[in-house]
Amino acid sequence: MYKKIRIFFLLFMAIPGLILTASCTKKPVLSEQADMPQYQDDAYDSDTSKSTDIEESGLYDAERLAQKTAIQEAKENFLNENIYFGFDKASLSMTAQEKLMIKASWMQNNPAASIIIEGHCDERGTTEYNIALGDRRAEKVKSFMMELGVDDSRIQTVSYGEERPADSGHNEDAWQLNRRARFTPYIDGF
Amino acid sequence: MIIQKNIKKICLTLLFSLFFAAVPPALLAKYDYIDITNPFIRKIPMGIPLLKTFSKNYQEPMMAKKTADLISETLEFTGYFKILDRSAFLESPQKSGITATNIKFKNWTSIGTELLITGGLLIKGDKIEMELRLYDTFKQQLLTGKRYKGKTKDYRRIVRRFCSRVIFKLTNNKGFFNSKIAFVSTGTGNKEIYICDFDGYNPKKITNSKNITLSPAWSSDGKWLAYTSYMRKHPDLYIKNLISRHGTIVAKKGINSSPAWVPGKFELSATFSFTGDQEIHLLTGKGKFIKKLTENRGIDSSPSWSPDGKMFAFVSKRSGTPQIYIKNLITGNVIRLTFNGKYNTQPSWAPCGNKIAYSAMTRQGIDIYVVGVDGNNLTRLTTNKGNNESPSWSPDGSLITFCSTRKGSVSRIYIMTAYGTDQRQLLSLPGQQTSPAWSPEIMNN
Repeated sequence: MYKKIRIFFLLFMAIPGLILTASCTKKPVLSEQADMPQYQDDAYDSDTSKSTDIEESGLYDAERLAQKTAIQEAKENFLNENIYFGFDKASLSMTAQEKLMIKASWMQNNPAASIIIEGHCDERGTTEYNIALGDRRAEKVKSFMMELGVDDSRIQTVSYGEERPADSGHNEDAWQLNRRARFTPYIDGF
Repeated sequence: MIIQKNIKKICLTLLFSLFFAAVPPALLAKYDYIDITNPFIRKIPMGIPLLKTFSKNYQEPMMAKKTADLISETLEFTGYFKILDRSAFLESPQKSGITATNIKFKNWTSIGTELLITGGLLIKGDKIEMELRLYDTFKQQLLTGKRYKGKTKDYRRIVRRFCSRVIFKLTNNKGFFNSKIAFVSTGTGNKEIYICDFDGYNPKKITNSKNITLSPAWSSDGKWLAYTSYMRKHPDLYIKNLISRHGTIVAKKGINSSPAWVPGKFELSATFSFTGDQEIHLLTGKGKFIKKLTENRGIDSSPSWSPDGKMFAFVSKRSGTPQIYIKNLITGNVIRLTFNGKYNTQPSWAPCGNKIAYSAMTRQGIDIYVVGVDGNNLTRLTTNKGNNESPSWSPDGSLITFCSTRKGSVSRIYIMTAYGTDQRQLLSLPGQQTSPAWSPEIMNN
C-alpha cells in the first residue's frame, strides 16, 4: 500500500516535471524535479541484486539530454531563422508564413519569452525610406504572429533600415539575405 | 612662347568682345555680372594677385599669399569664376599699388581678367589690418572695397566676410560663405554626426551616440539640429540646440525618423509610426505633437519644406512604388511629382527657383535629378558614377551637396553646381561619409 502511494506520488511529481522541462528551465520547481531521477534510480538499485554481471545504466540522463538539446535547438531555430522579403516589399511569402507559424507555436510553448523583431533592408534605396520599410517589415511579422495568438505585449519591433546588413556584399545574394526580419530575445526567459 | 601668349591674348580678347556684344546693354547697366538663370556656362575670369604688405613684419609675406590663396579658393568654390594663374599677370599690385589710381587696367584686360581683387595687409602683434577691393577691369571701376581689423588668427573669417560682400555685389544674393554642412561619418566605427564649414574646413564630431546616428536636419536659424539616433537602441528623434547642447528626445513607439524643419519657425516635421502606419507629423521644436500631416495607408516619409512653409514634398508609396509628392497645406491637395522610374526618394526643395532635387534608382544605380515644382524641366545631374544620394541645397540655391560612392565604392561628400557642373569631393575623412545637410547662412560667424 505504502509502495503504491509512493509510486503514485512519484508519477505525480514526475509527469508535470517532464512537461516543465519541455517549457521552461528556470522555474524553481525544476530544481526539485532534478533530484527525482536519482531517487528513482536508487529505488531501482535496491530492487536489483548485485550478483549478476548484467551491465546496467540509467536512461534518464540521456533522455534528459536529448530533451534539453531539442529545447535548445527549437530556441536556436527560433532565433536564427530569419524571415526574408522581396525588394521594396513587406509582404509575407508562403514560406515566411509557414516559418512564422512554427515561431508562433514556439512562443506559445514558451510563455515567459519576450522578443524583439528587427526589420532590415538591403543597401539599395535610401536611408530614410529604408527605415520606414524596415519598420513595415517588422510590424508585418508582429501582426501575423499576433493573429496566431501571441500576445502583443511579448513582441517589440525595431527598424534598422539598411544599417545592419547580415552580409556586407554588394550583390543580389547578399541583398536577399539582408532583406529580413530578425528575432532577438527581449527578456531572456528562454 | 611669346607667340603663344599673344595668340592666347588675341583669343581671349576676341572671346570677351564677343561676350560683351552678346549681352544686351540693359543688363550691363544693372551690373548683372552673374546671370543667375544659368551662371555656370561661362565662368568669369578673375585675377587675385598677392596682397601688398605694409610693414616689415616677418609674417606679412606669408599672410599675403595665404590670404590671396584663400580668397581664390573661396570664390572658386562658387563655380562662378575662373581664377587666373598668377604667373600670367603682367603687373604686380604688390609693388605698383592696390588702388585704381595705381592699377593699369589694360594690363589686366589684356590677359582676360574681367574682375580683379587687390588687397593689402598690415600685421601688428597678434592683430591684422586688411584692405580688400573688387574692381571691374573693363569699366575700370571699384565695385566694392572694405577695410577689416581683427586678430590675425581670424583671417579666414575676414576673407569669408569680404567674399560674401563680393558675391552680394555680383549676384545680389547673400551666398553661403557663413554656412556649414552636417553629415554622417563612420570614422569612429559608429555612425556619428559631424559638422564642417561649407568648404569642408574644420570638421567636428558633434554626437557621441556610439551607435547609429542618421539624417541631420538644420533649423532655419541654424541653431538647432534634429536627427535620428539609436543611442537608446531604438530609432528616436533628437532635437539638439547646437550652442547649449541641450534638447529633447522624441521616443515614440516605432520609428522617429527623417526630420525637416519648417522654414522660419521653431517647428519640424518627421516620420513616426506609432499610429500603426508611417506618417509625417508636425511637432514643435520642444517635441510636442501639433498634428498629423499625411493620412494614407503605406509609407509616407522624408518631408522637405517649400521656402514659404506652405507646402512640403515627401516620399509616399501610395501608388505602389516610392515616389515624390507635394502636399499643399493651404488647400490640403496632394499631387504626384515624379512619374519616371520605380524608386524616387529624398526630395530636397530648393531655397529658390521652385525646384526639387531628389535621388532616383535605376538599373545603373542611384542618381540625382532636379525637377520643377510643376513637374517640368526634369534634369539628371549625376551620371554613371556609383550611387549618388542625399541632395541638399546651399542656402542661395547655387550649389548642391550630395554623397557618392563613385570612388572605390566608398561613400564621400561631394559638391556640384545646381546644374550638375563642377562635381568635386568636399573632404577626406576616415570611414564613409553620407547624408550631407547644408545649413542656412549662419549669422555672427
